[in-house]
Amino acid sequence: MKILVCISHVPDTTSKINFTENNTKFDPSGVQFIIGPYDDYALARAIELKESTGSTVTVINVGTAETEPTIRKALAIGADDAIRVNAEPTDSFFVAAQIAEHAKAGGYDLILMGRESIDYNSGAVHGIVGEMLGIPSVSPVMKLEVDGTKVKMAREIEGGKEYVEANLPLVAGCQEPIAEWKIPNMRGIMSAKTKPLKVVDAKAVDSGIKLQKFELPPPKGAVKMISADTVGELVTLLKNEAKVL
Amino acid sequence: MAILVFVEAAEGKIKGNSLEAVAYAKAMGGPVTAIALGAVDKAELEALGKYGAEKVLHAKDAKLDQGIIQAYASVLSKAMDDEKADILVLANSSLGTPVAARVAAKTGAALASNVVELPNTSSGFVVKKSIYTGKAFAHIELKSQKKVIAIRKNAAELKEVGGTATVTDYNPSLADADFATKITSTERATGEILLPEANIVVSGGRGMKGPEHWGLIEDLAKTLHAATGCSKPVSDMGWRPHHEHVGQTGVKVSPQLYIAVGISGAIQHLAGVNSSKCIVVINKDADAPFFKAADYGIVGDAFDVLPKLNEALKGAK
Repeated sequence: MKILVCISHVPDTTSKINFTENNTKFDPSGVQFIIGPYDDYALARAIELKESTGSTVTVINVGTAETEPTIRKALAIGADDAIRVNAEPTDSFFVAAQIAEHAKAGGYDLILMGRESIDYNSGAVHGIVGEMLGIPSVSPVMKLEVDGTKVKMAREIEGGKEYVEANLPLVAGCQEPIAEWKIPNMRGIMSAKTKPLKVVDAKAVDSGIKLQKFELPPPKGAVKMISADTVGELVTLLKNEAKVL
Repeated sequence: MAILVFVEAAEGKIKGNSLEAVAYAKAMGGPVTAIALGAVDKAELEALGKYGAEKVLHAKDAKLDQGIIQAYASVLSKAMDDEKADILVLANSSLGTPVAARVAAKTGAALASNVVELPNTSSGFVVKKSIYTGKAFAHIELKSQKKVIAIRKNAAELKEVGGTATVTDYNPSLADADFATKITSTERATGEILLPEANIVVSGGRGMKGPEHWGLIEDLAKTLHAATGCSKPVSDMGWRPHHEHVGQTGVKVSPQLYIAVGISGAIQHLAGVNSSKCIVVINKDADAPFFKAADYGIVGDAFDVLPKLNEALKGAK
């Protein structure tokens, strides 16, 4: 089986978010970048499938040269080779179009990625890739088993889950607990340095979307503390001051 | 030009977040045509008129009783065409979000999800969406003629503006290829208030000391008609099911009131709750970082505070 794992390069979940240039650019100073946490689950499941079924795993990232350490980490975790589409990942449609372009040429059976990236949170790339390739897309997937050409999945829904079956090829947007995150070992890190990482140009795409500006939420006011002995006071405040009861 | 709104039902009732999607489209200036797929009560569909839908298309082919992403996307794209609707509005959900993506790709529409307020049309068509898991917003211009807008809870005010909508059967041809995925079974808690739908959420963390103490969280939730949530460690340890995990890699909520009990307030948890209107934190550790993100705080033992709070709330009714 040929597996393609799409990874985003995003600020670590503990990052404070700031913008520069009049709120039009993300400020990367002091920010640590990681493989998107949901993508990391997809990658971990792909590596498990590689080990259990003898599959190959290719990772693809749409990003500028700064994303290469993130791609190398995915190779260290166990992917066989990587593609970097050399462009700023501006929106879901643009990213999906790049992935679909390479997926078509590569003849992948299974395309895995996170349910969403944690920067733009759109949760759209898997659906758009599926549509562009004319194959099913399923998300958010919390369990995925491959049996021959059949794929059995559990998809999380509000208040529970549903069990879904489809045949390969397909696209899945993954989330926990599909697999445990994998930490690269020393051998993985060493071998990642020499694994193939192909850099390709992006194809021109018009997604009909233009970013105007970013905005940070207003700072939170000070917390009002209430004594544990007078909880009735909290009820009064929720009713009359916050007006949420 | 009509605005098409996809409405979802659960347990036979139109979801609250879908009602907000109707209200959102109405506030944009309508006229609003809603569309429901699969089995839904006709009275429920007619009642969409209250929130501004003039017309409701009901695609009631039994094949659509299950939420198959590809099939739903095909029906909605076809309906946009048939209704000459340039804009599709729907609520972000486990079904709505992936469906929106496929509809956008099919119709060539510009897509925005997690939209938090009405579009600004003073110059172009600009929507404000939540990004970085609630840590920031982006203002995005949708330049294509066609647009797909997936909204977050509380993006529109639920106002009763009208009467009864006219319900018409809608029977688009369905291609077998769109049913390549099969839903073999569903496990869903019944009668529970769903987390993303709830106006009030009560969540517990490790401070609850074990799943056997969750009755205290549930009692409070019952009094408040709230949904119950939990922190990541609690779901990781299996004390509570994964669909109750609130946070960066779990469910993101934006209720009117979020009550966190025994949750320290890791930044990943805050990311899932920071668009709540009001946050109450109850923790015995006065230094818990969550207090900094709260509107109201109580330093105290959950086992002492929760019963007292529950009684006070009951008394206040």
